[in-house]
Amino acid sequence: MYRSLFSRDIFGELDRLQREFQQVFDSSPSIRGTGRSGYPALNIGGTPESVEIYAFAPGLDPDQIEVNLERGVLSISGERASDVPPQDQKVSVHIRERFSGRFRRVVSLPDDIDPGSVNANYRDGVLHVSIKRRQAAQPRRINVQ
Amino acid sequence: MSNTVKDEVTREEAALLPPVNVVEDSSGITLTADLPGVAKDQLTLQVEADTLTIEGAVKLNLPEGMEPSHVEIDTPRYRRVFTLSKELDAEKVSAEFSQGVLKLRIPKAEHAQPRKVTINVT
Repeated sequence: MYRSLFSRDIFGELDRLQREFQQVFDSSPSIRGTGRSGYPALNIGGTPESVEIYAFAPGLDPDQIEVNLERGVLSISGERASDVPPQDQKVSVHIRERFSGRFRRVVSLPDDIDPGSVNANYRDGVLHVSIKRRQAAQPRRINVQ
Repeated sequence: MSNTVKDEVTREEAALLPPVNVVEDSSGITLTADLPGVAKDQLTLQVEADTLTIEGAVKLNLPEGMEPSHVEIDTPRYRRVFTLSKELDAEKVSAEFSQGVLKLRIPKAEHAQPRKVTINVT
């Protein structure tokens, strides 16, 4: 009886459960993964005409943000300078939570996007990249004669 | 009635905690906070007694009919509360807000600033 209860590796079982759980919430994860943490945070959405990416990247100079689209992969990279002065006798740092340093995030885009039709703008610390889908890929109603 | 109260409580709880840096020097404290997606008119700063509250609502330019597929910022609101200490002068707080970054300067009250005291030895 004891054997039957513990015959399987309990850690392997937990691991499997966790993977199954992940599968439920994220039915087809991208091969590059989707890290929950990282700077900038990303929200992604789509309409029948476009794919919309919002990168929450406050405090940047828009000229210093690099947005690249290559073979269906969008990358957003740059650097955020630290505003924390070096700690010395006169200065004490009490809380340090804000990200500083180089960053890079990558998004795999769907096949039907038109790489020639990308629009990016930066407002209130959010980079919004909008990519149109190809006309041919959009659903069309076909009249039956 | 109680329902309304409860709703309000949950609404207050459902906010993101913005990351901050807090640096103190001899004349005061500088606080910087990341509030991306908050426009200037959507930011609320309040000092009441010794409590500093930072709140902001996120407004994004979303196209009509957009279906989200991956969401990391899932609450359109930020909120963070700090307790100020006595030597800080809450009346003289100054704030700048640009591209989603809030920079607050809270000076120390005049009498709380360090002074060099010369001790005469006789």
